[in-house]
Amino acid sequence: MTELLQTTESLLEITVYVGFAGISISLFLLMYQIIVGPYNVDRAVALDTMGIILMAVAALLSILLVTDKLNDIVLLIGVLAFLGTVAIAKYLEAGVIIDRD
Amino acid sequence: MLSLTEIEALFHIIVNILIILSILTGTFFIISAAIGVTRFPDVYTKLHAATKASTLGVIGILIGAFLFLYLQHSIISGKLLLAIVFILLTNPVSAHMISRAAHLKGVRPVLNNRKDEYAEAMEKLKAQESTKR
Repeated sequence: MTELLQTTESLLEITVYVGFAGISISLFLLMYQIIVGPYNVDRAVALDTMGIILMAVAALLSILLVTDKLNDIVLLIGVLAFLGTVAIAKYLEAGVIIDRD
Repeated sequence: MLSLTEIEALFHIIVNILIILSILTGTFFIISAAIGVTRFPDVYTKLHAATKASTLGVIGILIGAFLFLYLQHSIISGKLLLAIVFILLTNPVSAHMISRAAHLKGVRPVLNNRKDEYAEAMEKLKAQESTKR
């Protein structure tokens, strides 16, 4: 039973590394999309997706390092990515971010 | 009959398998979201790929981290649950804002054989406002 437990624990670590590999591949694809994308709106979509995927990087790192200190960072990256996406969308829509009337 | 330590080891094995499954589903959906953003032809289909798949992927990985911290180290992390709720709340809002910006900038869908109901509604609204004045 203990050998099986050790096997699953090493399998969990391998799975975390597999997750890092998959996330890096998808980040490269999104970076390609940001450079190539025909309109600015396509680049905004890719940037939004990158910001959300960075949350997953922090969560995987908290599994790998066995700590709960990184959970604040997950929440913070989510808030900042949402604010950045809203600002970029408002800029693309009207050209101004903050209206002064 | 299993002894107490064996039952505990079995519990940890099952928990590890659950965490591995959730992390693998999350990674699969994140990769499919990236491939969809790269391969789909226009903004609206790209948004369709990006929001749904990446939401499910990141939520899978966050659920894996929550289960790992809770069942292996007995840390209840409310911030991860809050992050899941936050993704579910904010991701449709940002997708809607990006698609509205695309429509107002005049980006047309590739399959352009349907009528544009949003533009018709906006023109009707403008006509109503001009008649009020």
